[in-house]
Amino acid sequence: MTETVVEIEGLWTRFGRHTVHRGIDLKIQRGEVLSLVGGSGSGKTVLLRQMLGLETPRRGRVRVLDEDLHACEPGVLQALRNRWGVLFQQGALFSALPVFDNIALPLRELRVLDEDVIRELVLMKLEMVGIEFQHASKLPSELSGGMVKRVALARALALEPELLFLDEPTAGLDPDRSESFVRLIEGLRRELNLTVVMVTHDLDTLVALSSRIAVLFDGRLVITGTLREVVHSEHPFIVNFFLGERGRRALEAVWGTLGLGSNAARGKQ
Amino acid sequence: MSEATLPSLIPQLKRVAAPAGECRIVLSGPWNLAALAQGLPKLRRELARFAPDAGCSWDLSAVTGLDHAAALLLWRAWGRRRAPQLVLRPEHESLFDDLVKERELPTPRLGWWATTIALGQKALSLLGHAGGAIALLGQVTIDAAGLVRRPSQIPWREISASIFRTGAQALGITAIVGFLVGVVISYLSAQQLKQFGADIFIVNLIGVSIIRELGPVLAAVLIAGRSGSAMTAQLGVMRVTEELDAMTVMGIPHTVRLVLPKMIALAISMPLLVLWTDVIAILGGMMAARAELGIGYRFFLSRLPDVVPIANLWLGLGKSVVFGVLIALIACHFGLRIEPNTESLGAGTTQSVVIAITTVIIVDAIFAVMFSDVGIFK
Repeated sequence: MTETVVEIEGLWTRFGRHTVHRGIDLKIQRGEVLSLVGGSGSGKTVLLRQMLGLETPRRGRVRVLDEDLHACEPGVLQALRNRWGVLFQQGALFSALPVFDNIALPLRELRVLDEDVIRELVLMKLEMVGIEFQHASKLPSELSGGMVKRVALARALALEPELLFLDEPTAGLDPDRSESFVRLIEGLRRELNLTVVMVTHDLDTLVALSSRIAVLFDGRLVITGTLREVVHSEHPFIVNFFLGERGRRALEAVWGTLGLGSNAARGKQ
Repeated sequence: MSEATLPSLIPQLKRVAAPAGECRIVLSGPWNLAALAQGLPKLRRELARFAPDAGCSWDLSAVTGLDHAAALLLWRAWGRRRAPQLVLRPEHESLFDDLVKERELPTPRLGWWATTIALGQKALSLLGHAGGAIALLGQVTIDAAGLVRRPSQIPWREISASIFRTGAQALGITAIVGFLVGVVISYLSAQQLKQFGADIFIVNLIGVSIIRELGPVLAAVLIAGRSGSAMTAQLGVMRVTEELDAMTVMGIPHTVRLVLPKMIALAISMPLLVLWTDVIAILGGMMAARAELGIGYRFFLSRLPDVVPIANLWLGLGKSVVFGVLIALIACHFGLRIEPNTESLGAGTTQSVVIAITTVIIVDAIFAVMFSDVGIFK
């Protein structure tokens, strides 16, 4: 049974006189990993923020987990917010709280769990993302960039969400760390049965994680489909993005499965 | 759709009597945190009631979802072990395997030595700040001496911009505060002086207190809060955005371009601001004196030079130059010490203002002792 988790219909976003989205339609099914791709300033992050209810659309509807974000009761919205987790680009850890309290905060906010249960849950989450317990009392400013992302992921997973939003999950990490972070996300996604919506412009992350890709260009979704479908598109942005020098290198491992002919031959064109 | 096939939307716990006399506890519905959050107290009570019954088997095969939080709750209800007879879906098996492991948060060691070390570090950091500020002053002095030999390199533009920001733009706030303080002091003193019939001494009181003490200190406190914090924040932001490093690699010394202009600018604008504050505060005092005691403006002004020796004015202006240099020095010192993160920026700015105001008051006290016999009629 496929179930639509996120449904966007005819979405228009405007900031002042600048139109970011001109009629976007997108459906995200349960269990898939959808990546939003686009050039800088193409409104990927804004689209993600629309799905989180952080922006208000000029026109159109955004439904997440069967609730219309802009037409539901505050209580429903609150319950909805407990069912998703968000990993912000810079982690957005609360700088005044140590690692432990950062992860415990959403659990405490539920106001039903006692402190012992919260402690065990937090430690389990820390273990999940591979943070040693000795770091639990550190402040976010004492952590390295990779650790901040891991802790932020642990916080995003604290409430056992069904839906996980990732904003540039590997931005600012070195290739080695970003690879291990991608593996971590993929492992957790399988284990916890998550639906993932991700904004990225890192091709390696994109290839490693996505089951479907939505390409944003000039305020519209140019194409939505699997990697194979996307690379076959003739759209100039896609050709440039996926089949340029950098793109071909990232696609090397999966080139054979894409049906594009020989990699070397393509390079000579 | 019948009741049985409709998946229940709330987690449920039912005790079913089996034919052979043993009992079975059947869990159904979504056992995840989002669903549990609503009815947790009731479920926990039921769990506590059923769990001690060792003869019961637990059937979790009907749950539509199970997550770590729910598994942990069950685990704790069973006394931190698996229930002896447990029917599980295969995919949920790993959840309970995870729980077997003991997880302990390492407790930070806290003892008298930790407190002592913390105290020592505080003291050392205070000394470090004092040393750093003195070193900065020394560096600025050396650079200033170098600029005297090469006047073409004096950063006039920066100095003039700083004078405008710290001086001209501060005229409004110093005027308002000075005027109100003048009015308040004059009004309160007038009430006391009236009792002794010493109305005329309002001129001495207002004149000496404002010109010698209040004008310079008020202006310095305001400038420390207004311009000092702005200077610290400016340098701090430049540190966060790596502009300071960019200047260093271009070979532009921070002290010449950033610190020295600020110190010179405040050394020039502070006495001017103090003069302005004095004038406005005395105006306020004069107006209150006329309203309260009926002392005319002409009389007040003609008597002022007779009762307040001019030395008081020079002392006040001299102090203000020192205050200005100190405020700029402290602001720049803290600004340059800010680390490249936003938290340090906020903390550094606060610290800078607090230290600058405290230093101004302390230095003022030192001046008061040193010049106790200057400008006083014997």
